[in-house]
Amino acid sequence: MSGWDDARPARTPGVSAKEEILARLRTALAAPRRDEITTAEDVPRTYQRADDKQELRTAPEKVRGVLVQRLEDYTAVVHRTTASQAPAAIAAALGEARSVVVPSALPGSWTEAVTADLIVDDGSASPRDLDAIDAVLTGCHTAIALTGTIVLRADGRGGRRAISLVPDHHVIVVEAEQVVLGVPKAIERMGEDPRAAWTMISGPSATSDIELERVEGVHGPRRLDVVLIEPEPEPAPDDEAGAEPSAEQERTS
Amino acid sequence: MSTVDLGMPSVRPQHASPSSTLRGQRGFPAMAREELADPTLRGNLRRATSTIQSKRSAAVREVRDWQKLRSAGSALKWQVTDHLPEMLEQLEESVTAAGGVVHWARDADEAGDIVTRLVRERGANEVLKVKSMATQEINLNEVLAHAGIRAIESDLAELIVQLADDTPSHILVPAIHRNRAEIREIFLAAMPDLDPSITDEPSELAEAARRFLREKFLDIPGSVAISGANFAVAETGTMVVVESEGNGRMCLTLPRTLISVVGIEKIVPTFEDLEVFLQLLPRSSTGERMNPYTTMFTGVHEGDGPEEFHLVLLDNGRSAVLEDPEGRSALHCIRCSACLNVCPVYARTGGHAYGSTYPGPIGAILSPQMTGMSGSDDPSSTLPYASSLCGACYDVCPVKINIPEILVHLRAQDVDRRRETRGDFHSSWDLALQGASTLMSSPRAYDLAVRSAGPLTSLLGGTNIGRLPGALPLIPGWTDHRDLPKPGASFRSWWDQREKDRARGGSAPATDSTPQDDRSGLEEQS
Repeated sequence: MSGWDDARPARTPGVSAKEEILARLRTALAAPRRDEITTAEDVPRTYQRADDKQELRTAPEKVRGVLVQRLEDYTAVVHRTTASQAPAAIAAALGEARSVVVPSALPGSWTEAVTADLIVDDGSASPRDLDAIDAVLTGCHTAIALTGTIVLRADGRGGRRAISLVPDHHVIVVEAEQVVLGVPKAIERMGEDPRAAWTMISGPSATSDIELERVEGVHGPRRLDVVLIEPEPEPAPDDEAGAEPSAEQERTS
Repeated sequence: MSTVDLGMPSVRPQHASPSSTLRGQRGFPAMAREELADPTLRGNLRRATSTIQSKRSAAVREVRDWQKLRSAGSALKWQVTDHLPEMLEQLEESVTAAGGVVHWARDADEAGDIVTRLVRERGANEVLKVKSMATQEINLNEVLAHAGIRAIESDLAELIVQLADDTPSHILVPAIHRNRAEIREIFLAAMPDLDPSITDEPSELAEAARRFLREKFLDIPGSVAISGANFAVAETGTMVVVESEGNGRMCLTLPRTLISVVGIEKIVPTFEDLEVFLQLLPRSSTGERMNPYTTMFTGVHEGDGPEEFHLVLLDNGRSAVLEDPEGRSALHCIRCSACLNVCPVYARTGGHAYGSTYPGPIGAILSPQMTGMSGSDDPSSTLPYASSLCGACYDVCPVKINIPEILVHLRAQDVDRRRETRGDFHSSWDLALQGASTLMSSPRAYDLAVRSAGPLTSLLGGTNIGRLPGALPLIPGWTDHRDLPKPGASFRSWWDQREKDRARGGSAPATDSTPQDDRSGLEEQS
């Protein structure tokens, strides 16, 4: 008979599990130690934080460029547009979808050009109901350029978590002022409401469980489209250059 | 400071329940020998670990402040271990304030009882599961099965393992030891509705898993899901679950009741501290800038997600790890598995050889501390030797756990314990050295011994000397954990032969007993 397998952990009679675990831990920590106790002040915060120069000073259009590249790296389809062109871009991103579920407080203009059946979520649709819907359109709270991540808060723009999960096609609208460079800035923004339900999305659902080969699309939405609303190009000082962007807009609309 | 607390001087840290999947059936050397004999397994592992290693290093190279992030991550984890009791109480308070219910489980048995009771009370006979190391460790699926409750693993790799009636072999990719053809066979055998024309393309196999689980996600009778958590924020009570496939989101969002089983060491102090760990974990783990999905929730959210949230805080041997100041940083592990992928030992033996839920270098320091090491017959006592101490694990660890140092520390503990319990350990060592000293002080005796070593060992089979019986002096302690190359001809006998050949007449053909030949023979087989 081996000596080790009958050694059951002891429990103290009449003591609750909580009290006992805490007492065990206090006993453990009372063992003599060579090193100092680490406190919150001892944590070296020398990494790039939310107030890092790179985060604050990088030109917004450059940050958006990084975001687009990182999103595309994970095979999300990015549509760059401006506020005036957004309705058309959103409708295009929704593609063939015949039914679209949206959270309760999306800006009205976003769905102006949508021709599919629009279901405004009132919290009543069951997962099975949502499964019968082709696509979901949401806004977001924050987008992280360096990691290609979009952060949804479960609110009037991000929607109840189930609606952005069950339909197979997710279209997210990102506004320029929501884009940050790094993770710390995003956590700072989220820290204003840490107890919300948050979902961070980086590309479509994926798995690498079979021979570590990345396969897109398992249980979450298999298609991810991002509509990025950028500032209208600033009118250039002379008329000739100012005429160019509008010509461009005509071509895309 | 006194060790007496709350008037409970008898409360000592305890090792994990024997029912936990932390201690192997046999020691590492025996298990490793078996695993190494499987060439398919070795091929699968080599491919997988080298792919993921290069992905990881590319993802890490992108981050300029990586080393500073590691230092911050390490310090934060020290802060947590040094203040664990207070932080746990803070966590309980914040989870409760957010509408969650906190349960405390001293060991695997108690955690199993709590979860079983919760599931039964809700009348469920099936539950959905998100991949979680803590529930693996307490063998929850089996505990539930005994109670007539079927746990369905929703992570693709866990599903593969579950359908094959196998055990996980990697922290992150539990089915790393299976290739696509094997997975196709497993699916065909276990999914009755699957079209037999399915190929072994990973995309087709993933699609099969999607269809298999979709119905469960949309409508699970009893509506209970069980998860773990990657981080639990003491300050806010926020649980963070990091995943790829969306099965985690399904389980965390759709069912009515959510039960999370979380090790007491998973705490991070503040919400802000997530800025460190959400950078360290994905890049170290899957080698991605960020994993596809991260869910953060705090208690119960009205009108969104589960109506009930139960948090089960699990000790199961963690307090025993905490008790050793030299070994306690094993609790800092964030389960990224980077140390597995770089480990030359893991990459050859695979995870099953370790016999524990936690394999690889981190498992070799975590499992024996959680179970305790009770002498040389204990499989856990063999784990600290399952390493060449090359240090690669320490280099990649995102929270800078000094794994090699702890391995050496645990080896020393093991040796000390064996000396105490067997008593003879010291004297056999002394005897062996005495013998060596006599041998080496006589050139003739030494020459004879060395010359006869080659012919003598050629009586043993194989190219290397494996484990030798304990009766022989000196060598057995070494061969318990390592193979010894067989000695070829000694230098003196080779030289004698060479001189003889020369005297016989000029250009001596190289004989097959030259030391060089022996060495090239060794290289071939390694």
